[in-house]
Amino acid sequence: MNIIVLTKVVPDIERVKFDAVRGVVDRSSAPQEINPFDLNAIEEAVRLKERHGGRITAISMGPSDVEQTLKDTIARGVDEAILLTDKKFAGSDTLATSYALSQAIKSTGDFDIVICGEKTVDGDTGQVGGEVSEWLGIPYLPYTSKLNYEDGKFKARVELENIIYEVEASPPLLVSVTKDINTPRLPGFREKLNARKTQVKKMDAKGIEADEGRLGFNGSPTWVYKIEVPEEGQRDCKIYKDPESGLKEIMIMLESRDLI
Amino acid sequence: MTANDKREILVFAEQRRGRVHPVTIELLGKAIELSNRLPLMVSSVLLGRDAEGEAQELIYYGSKKVYLFEDSSLYNYDPILYKTNIVALAKEINPYAILFGSTHIGRSLAPRVAASLRTGLTADCTNLSIDEDGAFIQIRPAFTGNILAHIKTKTSPSMSTVRYKVMQRAKRDEKREGTIVKMTPLPNAPSWEVIDERVIEGINLPDAEVIVSGGRGLKRAEDFKMLEELAKLLGGVVGSSRPLVDEGWIGKEHQVGFSGNTVKPKLYIACGISGSPQHLAGMRDSEMIVAINSDPSAPIFRYADMGIIGDIYEIIPKMIEKLKRR
Ligand SMILES: Cc1cc2nc3c(=O)[nH]c(=O)nc-3n(C[C@H](O)[C@H](O)[C@H](O)COP(=O)(O)OP(=O)(O)OC[C@H]3O[C@@H](n4cnc5c(N)ncnc54)[C@H](O)[C@@H]3O)c2cc1C
Ligand SMILES: Cc1cc2nc3c(=O)[nH]c(=O)nc-3n(C[C@H](O)[C@H](O)[C@H](O)COP(=O)(O)OP(=O)(O)OC[C@H]3O[C@@H](n4cnc5c(N)ncnc54)[C@H](O)[C@@H]3O)c2cc1C
Repeated sequence: MNIIVLTKVVPDIERVKFDAVRGVVDRSSAPQEINPFDLNAIEEAVRLKERHGGRITAISMGPSDVEQTLKDTIARGVDEAILLTDKKFAGSDTLATSYALSQAIKSTGDFDIVICGEKTVDGDTGQVGGEVSEWLGIPYLPYTSKLNYEDGKFKARVELENIIYEVEASPPLLVSVTKDINTPRLPGFREKLNARKTQVKKMDAKGIEADEGRLGFNGSPTWVYKIEVPEEGQRDCKIYKDPESGLKEIMIMLESRDLI
Repeated sequence: MTANDKREILVFAEQRRGRVHPVTIELLGKAIELSNRLPLMVSSVLLGRDAEGEAQELIYYGSKKVYLFEDSSLYNYDPILYKTNIVALAKEINPYAILFGSTHIGRSLAPRVAASLRTGLTADCTNLSIDEDGAFIQIRPAFTGNILAHIKTKTSPSMSTVRYKVMQRAKRDEKREGTIVKMTPLPNAPSWEVIDERVIEGINLPDAEVIVSGGRGLKRAEDFKMLEELAKLLGGVVGSSRPLVDEGWIGKEHQVGFSGNTVKPKLYIACGISGSPQHLAGMRDSEMIVAINSDPSAPIFRYADMGIIGDIYEIIPKMIEKLKRR
């Protein structure tokens, strides 16, 4: 089975600093890591390979300095990691990102399944998977919390909040997995060491035979023109240090608001 | 399109098992508001089976036109079949904008439509407006709820998914008039075959009027019983921060926040919750927020209306007592 996983390298979101005054994100303030939601995509790819054999290719688009971090995908069981990197990709929104990724997928030849994460912790749109599937013209199974392959078909559980579909679909297709689908295993020390010695394959705009008008800033219809680090939402809190008087006020509030 | 025709602001009317999802009514509320800023006509698109009754409801809620695609294959959601028809409609009417609810259906369908139309899509918006130049302004949280991005779209139509429980609902008015435009569904190979379908009964956090949430201030899973008792007395349900869901102390459907539910109840009581940006992202817009936390510097106090500094194990039983004595 030829399996492709899409993974993005993101800043560690619990450490990254935001400058409320200037409205900027200081990406250099935090170490990089594989997008946490993509660890589930990688794990699911490894599980499919364990059961059905095959080959896993990870594809990522990003600046060249993410190369080392991408080797983590190899430590986790990916056979080959490809990094799409080119100044022409800079400023891509989800439409341009998904176009570049779909061109790269096409350039790797035949595949059975593309697996991506539910969303990233930085751009945080959850749109790239669906858009890639459209560029490739293949079915898209979103919010998948269970995945199997039997008799030439994928069987998946698609979760639409309170409605659960058990579906069957034929390859090739694209699946975006939820965090519930599995528990990613931690790579062992040996795997990490071996991964460090491997090479990440780099591809540029030419290499994926891209129409340059569809890439980067020019190929991106959405434009983030302002970023705000919200202080808003803050309220004037009446704080009580003494529980008795606090509870008394809460009871008065509940009554005045018809909550009791 | 003649020169006098207004451009349309098209709302995707999501239906689940034949009923229009309430986020649709919120989208209509927003679309009506926007149509007062620019001369726009509010319309909606509904795909389903025997859906004329729901289409009429959309008119009562302010749609001037409802494009209705009816076929048994459209009763269940299918990304490819839905996309095919919406794309064909969009090409025909060239709307100013298309709005989807930020539900799992909306968030998976809109990207396919946007990529097919080669247009921009802004994710999970919490505000939409139109500026002096007639440009569509979309505001959305990013970086896991830590920042707000202001986004414009250079292509047409602008497309957005919009977070549930953020916009004001449209008002229903049976005097409103509009047209149901019956469309002929286009065929396409479906995405999948649905072998089985289940509906999970159980709590629906976004619809609760009162939520009593527990965080890592709780010491044991059993202590949720205390919160449950308080919630029951207030006619509400129990919510949770993520760590306790990850621990398996309570089901995922109870999780409030960035990767859980967004809620906007009349009353939100946060018990032993610190107020991380990811938790706040899911409950900040609640009407009344009460925080109980032993740490005076916990961020939750800055986002609450009332707060008690103290031990939940002392305060909650007292509150239960007071409510029972009434
Ligand atoms: C503040 C901010 C707001 C933004 N808002 C929007 C917006 O509303 N609309 C828009 O079109 N763009 C937006 N963008 C741009 C968008 O973040 C980028 O295009 C980004 O490269 C991909 O989107 P994402 O991070 O949201 O990925 P998601 O769509 O959330 O990712 C889903 C999955 O796709 C795969 N994937 C995503 N990116 C890559 C990649 N680079 N390489 C490999 N696999 C990947 C992963 O498997 C991931 O789990 C925004 C950017 C910023 C900084
Ligand atoms: C990608 C991502 C997504 C996330 N999504 C979510 C999400 O959807 N929802 C969510 O909640 N989190 C989410 N998180 C996690 C989030 O960052 C925080 O870690 C989490 O919200 C903290 O939960 P908490 O407030 O319960 O715990 P803590 O931050 O540990 O706070 C516990 C609080 O309890 C107080 N306390 C302790 N004992 C007592 C006592 N006896 N009486 C009173 N107070 C007491 C403490 O003072 C403290 O303030 C996400 C994180 C990431 C990276």
